[in-house]
Amino acid sequence: MMGSYKGKGMGNEDYSGIWVFAEQRNGQIKNVAYELLGRARELADALGVELSAVCFGHEVDDVNGLIAHGVDKIYLVDSAELGDNQEDLLTQQLVELVQQHRPEILLAGATALGRAFIPRVAAALPTGLSADCTDLDIDADKRLLLQTKPTFGGNILAVITCPEARPQMATVRPHVFSLHETDGSRKGEIIKVDFKRERYTSRTKLVEFVAEVAETVKIEEADVIVAGGRGLEKAENFEMIQELASVMGGAVGATRVAVDEGWLAYPHQIGQTGKTVCPRLYIAVGISGALQHVVGMQTSECIVAINDDPHAPIFEVATYGIVGDLFQVVPLLIEKLKKR
Amino acid sequence: MNVVVCLKQVPGTTQVKIDPETNTLIRQGIENIINPFDTYAIEEGVRLRERFGGKVTAISMGPPQAETALKEAISLGADEGILLSDPAFAGADTWATSCTLFMALRKLEKYDLIICGRQTLDGDTGQVGPQLAEMLALPFIAYVSQIEEVADGEMRVRRMVEDGYEIMESSLPTVLTVVKEINTPRLPSLRGIARSKSASIPVWGVEELNADPDKVGLSGSFTRVVRIFSPQRVCRGEIFQGDVEDQVDCLISRLKDDGFL
Repeated sequence: MMGSYKGKGMGNEDYSGIWVFAEQRNGQIKNVAYELLGRARELADALGVELSAVCFGHEVDDVNGLIAHGVDKIYLVDSAELGDNQEDLLTQQLVELVQQHRPEILLAGATALGRAFIPRVAAALPTGLSADCTDLDIDADKRLLLQTKPTFGGNILAVITCPEARPQMATVRPHVFSLHETDGSRKGEIIKVDFKRERYTSRTKLVEFVAEVAETVKIEEADVIVAGGRGLEKAENFEMIQELASVMGGAVGATRVAVDEGWLAYPHQIGQTGKTVCPRLYIAVGISGALQHVVGMQTSECIVAINDDPHAPIFEVATYGIVGDLFQVVPLLIEKLKKR
Repeated sequence: MNVVVCLKQVPGTTQVKIDPETNTLIRQGIENIINPFDTYAIEEGVRLRERFGGKVTAISMGPPQAETALKEAISLGADEGILLSDPAFAGADTWATSCTLFMALRKLEKYDLIICGRQTLDGDTGQVGPQLAEMLALPFIAYVSQIEEVADGEMRVRRMVEDGYEIMESSLPTVLTVVKEINTPRLPSLRGIARSKSASIPVWGVEELNADPDKVGLSGSFTRVVRIFSPQRVCRGEIFQGDVEDQVDCLISRLKDDGFL
């Protein structure tokens, strides 16, 4: 808060180490935390410093497992009141820990939670923060974190630094870094931090959570995604997409148009205002490939595009393309896959 | 109910190019618009005023031409606009922008709610809403898709998260960012257009805000943009030839070779 501002540029040499906020939901650490740790370990090695994870929650599963992902220290704050991620509490607790231990870099996933409360942490400290980064690097001489982030819907990339204030902070888009191999023999330390609830205030309250993804496969974690767009013309035709997805053992995605039309619920939306996904295989059906969609899926390992317009930009990012009528192609594809 | 809506004027396209000579964005010939995500914030503010009375104040930091965006907000139903403009504000990152808005909000009389769009079309950060909330020491709720209830200094909203939505309650005043699902913005009314033409938009600079020059613009910014570039497009892949059956067979065979089947 404004009153606690200390001004910038105070003794950067006092700040050392990289911290990753290991976000949990319902007691499970999110994948993005492990992705970040893989990259953060490399950055920490480049700087010759420790890597720490910060985990706030209640009875979180497998906190020890973070060590195998490259962590030297884990700051664990366990309290029943932290289980549902009340942002006021997370903000105040994280600010306090950062002020106490002074990491030079603090990273978090650019999830709904991360993008909502991490900016508040940066404002309170105060320090610089870049949002939704897609790459991180180190300028080892200057000890600067080079933060690459998309702007203008992914049309322009900008490299951002935070030259003076510490820590240097960034939220990082899920799925841009791949998981590294774990090392079960690594040693690390868990530092349990007491949660002093009476010191903090929480002014917002979670009343209820309503799940909207009916299927069992979550699109952020799916290996295969079959996604549909405007070319599907109506909601009923998504049954075909659903069928192809289940034959392939994958999840169903959609473009913004398909969601706006009400053909599929928002949690399925992929792109700038939806989710960023990075499956091994992405099958785009009746999707023209507007940049706002492409930024959400372009890092997929293999992209298959099925579209009747040979000039559709989706073919520019596709590994394999079929120019044709999806209403012929997809049923035939399903039939042949089922026969295999 | 007094509502403050924060908005930004942005280039009306994301199809911007980089001038290879100067390594800066080519802004020439690009029309400026209200950041599309902010139009939902304006609409929601106007709807709340229609239900509860009070007024809607639109506020924007930007160059002098951002006055157009504030006048447009008035044509869309806002009661008044305030432009935060000063050469010293140029080059602000999200922290310096939030700080400038914070200083302006200190000057405003009582407000119950501050609404921002979820992010801007150009910077894509979504950080100003939460940072402003923190500076004002107010509660904050992101990604609001519905305001369910406002009563007795409290509000209940729905906000979108990755796998569904959450019902949240907050005391007032509070800061919200809203998503497009929250409403369908109306078109400017004739009366609104007439009002916007005659409206005068006060301009507040460093002096009016009594601002510390070290906390605004580039000098108040913690971050620096060291480089901008256009992403490299992945090279063109393989387009299968032949009739539908051939194409599908080809695809299945490639997917099998690549280990997907």
